[in-house]
Amino acid sequence: MAEKMTGAEMVIQALSDHGVEHIFGYPGGAALPIYDAMFQQDQVQHILVRHEQGATHMAEGYARSTGKPGIVLVTSGPGATNAVTGLTDALMDSIPMICITAQVPTTLIGTDAFQECDTVGITRSCTKYNYLVKRIEDLPRIMHEAFLIATTGRPGPVVIDIPKDVQFALGDYYKPDMETLRHQSYRPQMDGDSAAIEAAVDLMLKAERPIFYTGGGVINAGPEASDLLRELAELTGFPVTSTLMGLGAFPASNPQWMGMLGMHGTYEANLAMHDCDVMINIGARFDDRITGRIDAFSPHSRKIHVDIDPSSINKVVRVDVPIIGDCARVLSEMVRVWRSKTNQPRTEAIAPWWKQIEKWRAVNSLGYKNSDTTIKPQYAIERLYEATRKQAKDVYITTEVGQHQMWAAQHFHFDKPNRWMTSGGLGTMGYGLPAAVGVQVAHPDALVIDIAGEASVQMTMQELSTAVQYRLPIKVFILNNERMGMVRQWQDLLHGSRYAHSYSESLPDFVKLAEAYGGKGIRCESPAELDAAIAEMLDYDGPVLFDVIVEKDENCLPMIPSGKPHNEIILPDTANIGDIIDEKGRQLV
Amino acid sequence: MNAHLQPTGSAYFLTKETQEIERHTLSVLVDNEPGILARVVGLFSARGYNIESLTVSETEHGRRLSRITVVVIATPRVLVQIKLQLERLVPVHKVHDLTAEGASLERELALIKVAGSGDHRAETLRLADAFRAQIVDASVESFVFEVTGKPAKIDSFIALMQPLGLVEVVRTGLAAISRGPQGM
Ligand SMILES: Cc1ncc(C[n+]2csc(CCOP(=O)(O)OP(=O)(O)O)c2C)c(N)n1
Ligand SMILES: [Mg+2]
Repeated sequence: MAEKMTGAEMVIQALSDHGVEHIFGYPGGAALPIYDAMFQQDQVQHILVRHEQGATHMAEGYARSTGKPGIVLVTSGPGATNAVTGLTDALMDSIPMICITAQVPTTLIGTDAFQECDTVGITRSCTKYNYLVKRIEDLPRIMHEAFLIATTGRPGPVVIDIPKDVQFALGDYYKPDMETLRHQSYRPQMDGDSAAIEAAVDLMLKAERPIFYTGGGVINAGPEASDLLRELAELTGFPVTSTLMGLGAFPASNPQWMGMLGMHGTYEANLAMHDCDVMINIGARFDDRITGRIDAFSPHSRKIHVDIDPSSINKVVRVDVPIIGDCARVLSEMVRVWRSKTNQPRTEAIAPWWKQIEKWRAVNSLGYKNSDTTIKPQYAIERLYEATRKQAKDVYITTEVGQHQMWAAQHFHFDKPNRWMTSGGLGTMGYGLPAAVGVQVAHPDALVIDIAGEASVQMTMQELSTAVQYRLPIKVFILNNERMGMVRQWQDLLHGSRYAHSYSESLPDFVKLAEAYGGKGIRCESPAELDAAIAEMLDYDGPVLFDVIVEKDENCLPMIPSGKPHNEIILPDTANIGDIIDEKGRQLV
Repeated sequence: MNAHLQPTGSAYFLTKETQEIERHTLSVLVDNEPGILARVVGLFSARGYNIESLTVSETEHGRRLSRITVVVIATPRVLVQIKLQLERLVPVHKVHDLTAEGASLERELALIKVAGSGDHRAETLRLADAFRAQIVDASVESFVFEVTGKPAKIDSFIALMQPLGLVEVVRTGLAAISRGPQGM
């Protein structure tokens, strides 16, 4: 079984044993043996990035759009430290990633050697697990174990730090039995407790004001979890809302869909969360952007919580029926148990609830005042959505972080999982462009669009060069308000409209910038020309920077300010949002 | 794993955190691998949990397993979180809340240096005898005592030595084990 090879060769061999086709990386002294091994094979294709942070976000986009782990390779020292943001982002959003970091030779560790850093120390708290491989004998097991840990249970990033001498060393490569790896201490629970599932269905059968509150866990559990969610929703007749991370798991075109919930969620989703009597949380974690003021969060409901991570249960909100397990397996059990008890949705019993929801819906909380002269950011996204619907291609959306991200979540609609990539937990500006590159690598024929802000996109702009190099026709749709819009909005709300450093001054000419990189640049300022300009972008077979000049001072509404309960949501027609938040709310993030 | 998370019966999380702070002893079985202690300690500092005492040593050499005994101070809700967060660490096999699980034995060892002469020396020895402290080093003007027992016993011995010429103290931190035939 065992085969003699160098550590560097083992890395490549283990990657191809796991079916890895793409790896995002950047070379350097300590990583050279692995690069050399890569040079001599053609199973794994390497995408050369422009900054290691870019590699990590590409791997995230790749992972989130395929369900497979994203692979990163960086050198020691600055290569590893540059990867930290993306590792943290992947940890927060439960994205499977394997990041191989090169390290100085074991003999130099601890001597402050050139490009030495304590990678395992630095990344301990931003990875699901990490390794420093000191002996070649451990490398095969660790390579395989890393895949197991990154992709199972609650997924997350794993770092493997490999000193240069271990990369050169000769050893026996073997494939360990995945069943026995780590099974003593690492055993994610996949199947939900059947009594708890029974109890949950019993609560659901008595519900008068139920709601499904779903999250990224449904996406992580694979496409079958999304199918099962739809099945259960249709069986029960209950309304469905989702977190930012869960968009696409339930089809936005389904009449039971209520839109996203949370800080910038719809009025109907948030009020239904507040007033419900049975809340069924599937794969979400009661994040503070969702709950608002915790002691006023959904005060009258019984709560069911399905999560694969036991520590998510009762962490912030106390629940009545915790179910630890994989969302797909638990959903399939819920469907089975529901069917065993009834073949009727609770249409009649919850008719008054739907009537109430329709009233909330009629408020049209995502409405905005359109304009003939300036492009409203919401309008730009609506037109983009309409244009992409006519495309034969599969459409994938990534975003940066800010108002544009929230508008994208509100006005772009998804009917399938794995089509929406955004930095939810960490809120990393600069995520979207490299994530789009990663998605496009995985889906070369798809239409991949980064809905961006002019400030965020400059954080990782250089990855446009990567897109050009590998002929990845990503579209970067910049909602250019010449502001760090979300920061400006908070200053409006909380700091007396004193706009300290929230302008994007001395912006580059994005058209020229695109051309300098070898892509195409388009600029559009007038609502009348928008559709044609979008068509031009979509027709171009190559990377495009599309600079949409939008209304500068638009606020992103609705909004539940930090420290407020759901039923104190600010709606678009509120005149002066500056007076709404009290002193206590100002302290919150 | 679901067993210890039975429905709480109350959906109304409206009450403020009124729970009292408690001191609990956790026993954590881990793989003895490099960085394990940093992982455990890092978890406590990152999530803002308070450690009162922590001891660690390899206890099963063949399987390279270590036992960490950690004393934490938290509300019951946070105590459950601490346990679950510890269990989430990949090299952690098991976490037992010895305090919650009932009767357990707790012991600590201290080495205590006392310097003095004349009457003080005699009084020191008399008290040491009462506390069953062993003399592990002696010179004409000093003693080093070894005391084992519950932390409270060690506390009182140290308090009594204070006026008699206490120089310094080292303590191992708590080691704890459950009573009865069952192991972890
Ligand atoms: C790396 C990073 N730094 C700072 C922030 C804080 N932040 C959140 S949104 C935002 C402004 C984003 O501006 P832009 O990309 O133009 O988006 P807009 O809100 O204008 O749509 C900032 C600075 C962040 N999320 N990430
Ligand atoms: Mg902006």
